[in-house]
Amino acid sequence: MYPEYMNPSLDKVAQSRNKRFELAKSGKPVFPPMSAEEREEVLRKFHPDYKPESRRKIGIGPNKGELITTEVADILESHSRISPDVFDLSVPDYETDILIIGGGGAGTASAIIAMQQGAKSIISTKLRLGDANSMMSQGGMQAAVTPQDPPTRHYLDAMGGGHFDNKPELVRALTEDGPDVVKWLEELGVVWDKNEDGTMQVLHGGGTSRKRMHSCRDYTGAIILRTLMDEVRNHPDKIIVLEFMPVVELIMDNKGQCAGGVLYNLETEEYFTVKAKATILATGGYGRLHIRAFDTTNHYGATGDGLVIAYRAGAKLLYMDSVQYHPTGAVFPEQIAGFLITEKIRGAGGQPLNKSGELFVFPREPRDVESSAFIRECIERKNGIETPSHRVGVWLDSPLIEMLQGESYINKQFPAMHRQFIRYGIDITEEPMLVYPSLHYQNGGIEINAKCETSIPGLYVAGEASGGVHGRNRLMGNSVLDYNVFGRRAGLYAAQYTKSVRLGDLSLKHISEYEQALKKARIKTDRIAPVLLPSYTPEDVRKRQLTAHYEGTLR
Amino acid sequence: MATETATKKELTQRFKPKVKAKGKKEAAEKDFVTVFIMGKAHQVPAEATIMGAIEYAGYLIKRGAGCREGFCGACATVYRLPGDYKIYTGLACTTLVEEGMWLSQLPAIPGQKALYDLDKLDPNVATIQKLYPEVFRCVACNTCTKACPQDLEVMDYIQAAKRGDIEKVMDLSFDCICCGMCAIRCPAEIVQYNVGLLAKRLYGKYLSKKSPELRKRLKEIKSHEFDSEYKELMTMKKDKLKKKYYERDLES
Repeated sequence: MYPEYMNPSLDKVAQSRNKRFELAKSGKPVFPPMSAEEREEVLRKFHPDYKPESRRKIGIGPNKGELITTEVADILESHSRISPDVFDLSVPDYETDILIIGGGGAGTASAIIAMQQGAKSIISTKLRLGDANSMMSQGGMQAAVTPQDPPTRHYLDAMGGGHFDNKPELVRALTEDGPDVVKWLEELGVVWDKNEDGTMQVLHGGGTSRKRMHSCRDYTGAIILRTLMDEVRNHPDKIIVLEFMPVVELIMDNKGQCAGGVLYNLETEEYFTVKAKATILATGGYGRLHIRAFDTTNHYGATGDGLVIAYRAGAKLLYMDSVQYHPTGAVFPEQIAGFLITEKIRGAGGQPLNKSGELFVFPREPRDVESSAFIRECIERKNGIETPSHRVGVWLDSPLIEMLQGESYINKQFPAMHRQFIRYGIDITEEPMLVYPSLHYQNGGIEINAKCETSIPGLYVAGEASGGVHGRNRLMGNSVLDYNVFGRRAGLYAAQYTKSVRLGDLSLKHISEYEQALKKARIKTDRIAPVLLPSYTPEDVRKRQLTAHYEGTLR
Repeated sequence: MATETATKKELTQRFKPKVKAKGKKEAAEKDFVTVFIMGKAHQVPAEATIMGAIEYAGYLIKRGAGCREGFCGACATVYRLPGDYKIYTGLACTTLVEEGMWLSQLPAIPGQKALYDLDKLDPNVATIQKLYPEVFRCVACNTCTKACPQDLEVMDYIQAAKRGDIEKVMDLSFDCICCGMCAIRCPAEIVQYNVGLLAKRLYGKYLSKKSPELRKRLKEIKSHEFDSEYKELMTMKKDKLKKKYYERDLES
């Protein structure tokens, strides 16, 4: 429950609700959407990416000299966890057609398609199968299915949301495959929200000009990923799952082709080698790097590991200067700070309000614009609401949803959100939520083409780890679609590739070469990556760990 | 049913802060409680979640943390409270600590999963009988429902599974996060969450009404109806594309 000092502000929210309801019901925009110039200005002034210290020049590797997100530059300018010389690569511990790194949405989707193409695979995953951001997506998946929404309109929305930096061939693949993904998932047993007549129930998301958000209540990601996982587990003879076994380096061959990876058993601390004809990297994002010290919506293992190992092997990164902050992360209560409040709340009519209970931005701008407007309202205009732990946020008015959509809509469509808050005595059918932008998504990543190929033969990338699909800002619902579209494509094209590729001698030479390049660039650091897990051990505990040895964040 | 509702209410009550804080300072004051992590006493902030408390105490979690927001089911935890005979279950990421709480995380929960080819199944009771015959051992003790950190009516959906009511199983198990608490407490040794998952897949594939719009759209794509427009958009100069974007109409 909210502390008493917030009551006057809560009262203002309640008082303005009827008027806002009338306006919303009229069908007109409840607040004028921003023009191109207004968007550019609010981004430049308030988006965290635009702070000078947010980016720095990377001194090494394929993107040398480019400005990239500081925390990412840090993990790229780092030492390997392994000494390449100790591995005998002539006798690999595992051999398979495809090594899939990561057990989230893209990894599981690619394994299923590869299997149908006759390729066997190993999924190596750092935590459990399904411990991934895919599991946590709540609001939905975009796909152009309604008659008034051709896939080309979806294309236009995605390009505009990404500031026209998106790679056109990738956006076409994303939007044109979308409807087939809806069908494919339904045939695998995903239970979509539907209307009485069987048509898909669709809502708006930030930056959409047509209603095309498909959902499974507010457990969209959980329903989809558990379906994919269940299908993977139905085929233990064709897909081997290795849990708590992250890949810490890629293995190359002497022809410059990717040929597998080195696994680290997090529990027994052993290392193993995998020889694979093709490798699909599906390691997800980097929220647990806590960029700009932001809280994150991301899962425990989102530490950008894939970027590091691919970069060392020579893969090029794209738009690695762009970070997505989700407009509506929770700021109160403190225990759930940073947690995701689904954008579906605004899609269903929820409104962001300042301390006076007033609208200050169109509720469904693209995420970067919406987030920047929230920051402006709190920091510059000082119209935010301060929490007891000195965070600041704006209201997200959820009770309005039931006025617009009918009683018990929240219980039916937002069971997860309702649960998240009722635990702390806040009933979101009666009171608004308090929100502020939270670190959410890696807009850029390893550059791919529409076949998920990278600059390295035999290395495929799909999902959040890849870059180019979303330009410099992803729209809501396009990440769930992304990991399905490109997970399937990676599985297909990697499987085809395995039929003709001939591997040469396996090598980890690129690790020693990267080490030499660090020296040559005079980069002196004790950083070790991939990071694998964030460290939440308190400082005073660490001081008392007199004999503990840390390798990066792990001991 | 009456007792179940009471239990749920009781649980919700326990999550609520006891007194409403007045000012900012009062609300921010940090108290400490003693909890017993696997039997060992630790002083942790009174407002911490179990997961926060474990990390505050100096543990590095490898198993037992996933999404950290209540969606993945990685952090199943069992605990007891002083002066209370009951065994409680919860997610470490969303359950708050209490004075005297004795807790232990479950690193993994064994649960058998039937292997099947979904294309060859029928959405009926015979499928349940074949794949999960132990469902019919359910003694309706309701322990699963009491153990569910999502407050789902687990026993009700197992009863529905016995009747072959796939839609009801789907509906009641929809929000399941597969933490496995029900399965570990079940005296009939049923793996409830896998039964729920099977029913959801059967429903989605066979019982949900199909969308005619979707079928039509797939046909259009297959016959390359959007090719020329894609080509135009993909080669359009940025300025022109930008103009087109800002001029597009919004569906209300």
